[in-house]
Amino acid sequence: MLAAIGVGSVADLFEQVPEPLRLGRPLELPAGMSEAEVYERLAALAGRNADAEEEVCFVGAGMYDHYVPAIVDAITQRSEFLTPYTPYQPEISQGGLQAMFEFQTAMSELTGLPVSNAGLYEGPSSVASAGYLAIGATGRRRFVVSRGVHPHSRETLATYSVGFGAELVEVGLEGGVTDAAALADAVDGDTAAVFLQSPNFLGAVEDVEALGAAAKENGALLVVAADPMTLGILRPPGEQGADVALGEGQPLGNRLDFGGPSFGFFCATEELIRRMPGRIAGETDDVDGRRGFVLALQTREQHIRREKATHNICTAQALNALAAMVHLAWLGREGFRELGELLARRTAYARERLAAVEGVELLHEAPVVREFAVRLDAPVERVLAKVAAERGIAAGYPLGREYPEHEDGLLVAITERRTRAQIDALADALGAAISGSVDLVANGATKSTEGVA
Amino acid sequence: MADASYPDDLRYHPEHDWARIEGEEATFGITWYAQDSLGEVVFYDPPEVGATIAKDTAYAEVESVKAVSDVIAPLSGEIVAVNEGLADAPERVNDDPYGEGWLVRVRLTDQAEVEGLLSAADYRKLLESD
Repeated sequence: MLAAIGVGSVADLFEQVPEPLRLGRPLELPAGMSEAEVYERLAALAGRNADAEEEVCFVGAGMYDHYVPAIVDAITQRSEFLTPYTPYQPEISQGGLQAMFEFQTAMSELTGLPVSNAGLYEGPSSVASAGYLAIGATGRRRFVVSRGVHPHSRETLATYSVGFGAELVEVGLEGGVTDAAALADAVDGDTAAVFLQSPNFLGAVEDVEALGAAAKENGALLVVAADPMTLGILRPPGEQGADVALGEGQPLGNRLDFGGPSFGFFCATEELIRRMPGRIAGETDDVDGRRGFVLALQTREQHIRREKATHNICTAQALNALAAMVHLAWLGREGFRELGELLARRTAYARERLAAVEGVELLHEAPVVREFAVRLDAPVERVLAKVAAERGIAAGYPLGREYPEHEDGLLVAITERRTRAQIDALADALGAAISGSVDLVANGATKSTEGVA
Repeated sequence: MADASYPDDLRYHPEHDWARIEGEEATFGITWYAQDSLGEVVFYDPPEVGATIAKDTAYAEVESVKAVSDVIAPLSGEIVAVNEGLADAPERVNDDPYGEGWLVRVRLTDQAEVEGLLSAADYRKLLESD
């Protein structure tokens, strides 16, 4: 091969790399292994992971351990659907396009907004895309973002904002919800969009309509991130004044799968349709007058619009969105509402149960649907490790990782998979770990005092 | 409009735009050739009234079923009116490119630029040479 391309040795290929940057010795790689040995090695490594099938999972913070009915796999694994390939040719893609159209219809109904796309990568990039949309729609470059918006979404928006040349202003939380007075102060005539999340990262349901008034008065767009699982019982964002409603789609039909792949959903008002990111499937009639589906408004997309594209996404998360659609269709209108009610009831039970534990108190008392925050009277990470090791329970998400002001905070999520017995076990385990930890700290303190003395 | 036409009372820009000069103001639009190349126009994204536009640069977008295209200003000036009627009926750009399908009305800031535009005959020649 070297002779064919006219090079003397492999080393010659790297001549362009300056000498000091070269390693100058062989890589320290282990000897080769047979396929069977590799399998054993990887199986052993994989076995060290704790997963939601093994542990009782109360971790949420954006991704949730819902039960995914078998029908979701039965349908998404059909070979007709098992491709992310763009259905640009409607004559051979009616099934996929119809599934997209039905997904859009469902998301549009859930969010209360007339237009939905066929899905984006995940929640955070959907939030960032809304920033781009807002700049285009308003000609302004300033974002006001609630601290209740998922930290990953805020980070992604901040990253995109560098490229947009946009300024990002964060508004804090008060009693678990966005500080309304601070938000009203922060929004001005240069603000392109106000970003809220409801329920927010601490699980609290925000008064979107009241908070959004500041955006309306200043001609800014109101962007609301929502947990789709709560939309069966909460007032849709579109009915509370949201111009854009979006979010992480994973809770619908997608397992945790080590954090991905998932998908984002994105809905907007009709005026914003040409600025929407992602694909949109549309319904039409064929030459014989039969109902059919096509990709609509493709002129927004990069293969036509080039540098003026509203978004450069080609690999839509179509399969993940399909899983969401199958899950929704399986639950049905009533079933989806009932699931929301079940989450709210069970979460209320868990919140009450945990608040009654010695060393646990509520971090806020705002209304919640499926997730809530508590304060622990002991180091959170240590309690979590103890509860996981001794009881096989993943007790929640330590808030201190993203919110230094809540170093003692624990975020607890409830899905329909979490039974009352498991919630009781969590309360018991937390109580034991906290009192144990207090003893440890007390003993440690005594010892070190003795040492000093 | 089925057949090509390039009215003699208009001036033309090589980027397939026309200007109807009326004293200090002018009306702009795209030529028969431009609308025919684009295909069915489905959306017109106009500039804001009061905006300043510069000759040879983009001032609006026209979207057809095939593509989104910038519309190039044949002359410099300030937008005094945009064709609101195209919001509901963008196909007027195809049906009547020199009448109902006009895009903007502009107060010209440099009358001397007019001399640089093509006549209908020159524009036709340009199209034939392409």
